[in-house]
Amino acid sequence: MNTVEKELPQLDQEFIDEVNKIISQYPVSKRSASLPLLHLWQEHFGYVSKEAVEWIAQKLELEPIAVEEIATFYPMIRHRPLGKYQFKVCRTLSCALAGSYQLFEHIKKSCNACNEVDHNIYQSSDGQFSVEFVECLAACGNAPVMMINEEEWMNVTKDKINEILPELSKKQN
Amino acid sequence: MSFKPEYRLILKYADEPGYTVDIDCYLRHGGYQVLKKALTLDPAFIVQEVKKSGLRGRGGAGFPTGVKWGFINHEKNTKPVYLLCNADESEPGTFKDRQIIYKDPHQLIEGMIISAYANRAHLGYIYIRGEFAKGAKILEQALAEARERNFLGKNILGSGYDLEIYVFRGAGAYICGEETGLIESLEGKRAYPRIKPPYFPAVLGLYMCPTIVNNVETLCHVKHIVDMGGEAFAKIGTPNNTGTRIWCVSGDVNRPGYYEYPCGAITFGELIYGVCGGIRNGNKLKAVIPGGSSAKVLRADIKYKIPRKKADGSTEIVEMGLEDIPLDFDTVAATGSMSGSGGIIVMDDTRDMVECLRNIAEFYAHESCGQCTPCREGSLWMKKILDRICRGNGRKEDSKLLLDVANHIAGRTICAFGEACSWPVQSFVELFEEEFVAKAKKEDSMEILEPVER
Ligand SMILES: NC(=O)C1=CN([C@@H]2O[C@H](COP(=O)(O)OP(=O)(O)OC[C@H]3O[C@@H](n4cnc5c(N)ncnc54)[C@H](O)[C@@H]3O)[C@@H](O)[C@H]2O)C=CC1
Ligand SMILES: Cc1cc2nc3c(=O)[nH]c(=O)nc-3n(C[C@H](O)[C@H](O)[C@H](O)COP(=O)(O)O)c2cc1C
Ligand code: SF4
Ligand code: FES
Repeated sequence: MNTVEKELPQLDQEFIDEVNKIISQYPVSKRSASLPLLHLWQEHFGYVSKEAVEWIAQKLELEPIAVEEIATFYPMIRHRPLGKYQFKVCRTLSCALAGSYQLFEHIKKSCNACNEVDHNIYQSSDGQFSVEFVECLAACGNAPVMMINEEEWMNVTKDKINEILPELSKKQN
Repeated sequence: MSFKPEYRLILKYADEPGYTVDIDCYLRHGGYQVLKKALTLDPAFIVQEVKKSGLRGRGGAGFPTGVKWGFINHEKNTKPVYLLCNADESEPGTFKDRQIIYKDPHQLIEGMIISAYANRAHLGYIYIRGEFAKGAKILEQALAEARERNFLGKNILGSGYDLEIYVFRGAGAYICGEETGLIESLEGKRAYPRIKPPYFPAVLGLYMCPTIVNNVETLCHVKHIVDMGGEAFAKIGTPNNTGTRIWCVSGDVNRPGYYEYPCGAITFGELIYGVCGGIRNGNKLKAVIPGGSSAKVLRADIKYKIPRKKADGSTEIVEMGLEDIPLDFDTVAATGSMSGSGGIIVMDDTRDMVECLRNIAEFYAHESCGQCTPCREGSLWMKKILDRICRGNGRKEDSKLLLDVANHIAGRTICAFGEACSWPVQSFVELFEEEFVAKAKKEDSMEILEPVER
């Protein structure tokens, strides 16, 4: 085991096994595993920290900058913790025609997401909810479309939001 | 208006009640039988059948699949060959690959194994957009099942052929759908497209080896071509526009959705008024984007000049309204637009076309990868100008300015994103100029500084 792994005690064996399994899927070049490992890290820890970049780089025998440059290129990779529930509302044309801008404002207001914590990402003060626009989610026939974390929601209405929010709030306690 | 029934080849089972994504269900519906047949055939013969079928790529460019596969010369090639499935589905308005991945993943996998075998590839990846988190899980599960049954892995079904396929997830960048951007991303880099030529994937692709990149729907078609034979497949649709296509309709229609028809079997009018139940709220049709947001917009109240083959082989030019145009590759291309990825976005007469274009321009400004100056700067400027117009600060020279910017992007960039971001601007401004003019402030708001001539 290398030194960084020791410095990060939360990396349990299961995680390491998963990492090795992913690397094995790229027999020609380990570097190909960079984005999959960033995904894995984010799934486990919520966002990609500086330590994450360094750990992955070391694991793949790359310069940290090689991992850093992809971590900063792909919009889905996060560099800071966001809400426990992350609303990602589709902004693109078919959804806009179906009212996604109004929906966005409604969600923002309903969960009190008024702090702009990153470019166009709004978070509630209690840190439970974040709301942002994303581009077309490839479900335009069911506009407006959004995601809550990794889950897709289609034909979303304000009523639906009013229904979901109390349930999510209940879950946090 | 009459309702033309669908002809479902690819989506035959997808929405059947009780049809599930597991391998047993697929096997019960005749799954993997075509693979068994394919493994008894010579790979070169399959490539020949795909050529005969006339299949054109469903990712948007409509390039003949058999011709693309033929670019790899297996006599001379000494490098490994890779097969990549483009499941990035990122063109706004498009949601067809999603239906296959989420509802019939094994069809894609069977099509992919056959295609890999035909191209003598032993390693393949499905590059799936990051937002399809559930889709990626479904595919991974399906691949594991296929591996268990020896449809994948070593010595597949005793044929001596080895193949591994893995899923690779993107992370929210549109440019990863461009095949060379996709390859860079899969190599663990930023998805900066490569310049074609020389980097046509079939020549210098993944890890600088010959690589075939095909769209999800294209790979599914391969299964049916091997099943029924290239010639029989070529009889579906019209000459040079063979097979079925899945049209995705969104926007201002009563029944948005995805509908599969033979190429050329249905017109925009039949699709919009018949199949999709007409325009919402009883409004009138104003405009259609026929092939994903990068396709040029078409206007409902003008005539298009379309060349049409007569029975004696000669060509005549016919005038057609938007509603009479049949949906295929060539006729839609003859309007100056394209059927692209099959994403049809419908706008009714209540829509503000400047607002619609502003929305599209914001997409491209966000998604430019930033390598080429005309694209990076131009897409942003077009968005800024449109933002300004929509805030009520339009100027009378804006439409000219927008065209000027757009005309300086297309053809001057590494990848086709340059065209993708300028075509909407060019077409919206040209076809709906009156709406841009109407938004100009009456008084000359600002002094315009002219550059000094030297
Ligand atoms: N499905 C979607 O979500 C999206 C689709 N698109 C579509 O993509 C299209 C543009 O895609 P491109 O890949 O740039 O088109 P392209 O015309 O450059 O290539 C089409 C295919 O043929 C191959 N090819 C062409 N000439 C070749 C040659 N001489 N040697 C070897 N291979 C050759 C290319 O490698 C590619 O696979 C647009 O028309 C647009 O409709 C654009 C954005 C998103
Ligand atoms: C900016 C851009 C984005 C693209 N996005 C996609 C995509 O999401 N899915 C896709 O299949 N093809 C996409 N393409 C087209 C691919 O580059 C390529 O032509 C296609 O995957 C080839 O497969 P096919 O021959 O089966 O159509 C895109 C092209 C460009 C220029
Ligand atoms: S045209 Fe745009 S998206 Fe394509 S390589 Fe250049 S900057 Fe990137
Ligand atoms: S425009 Fe929202 S899902 Fe496509």
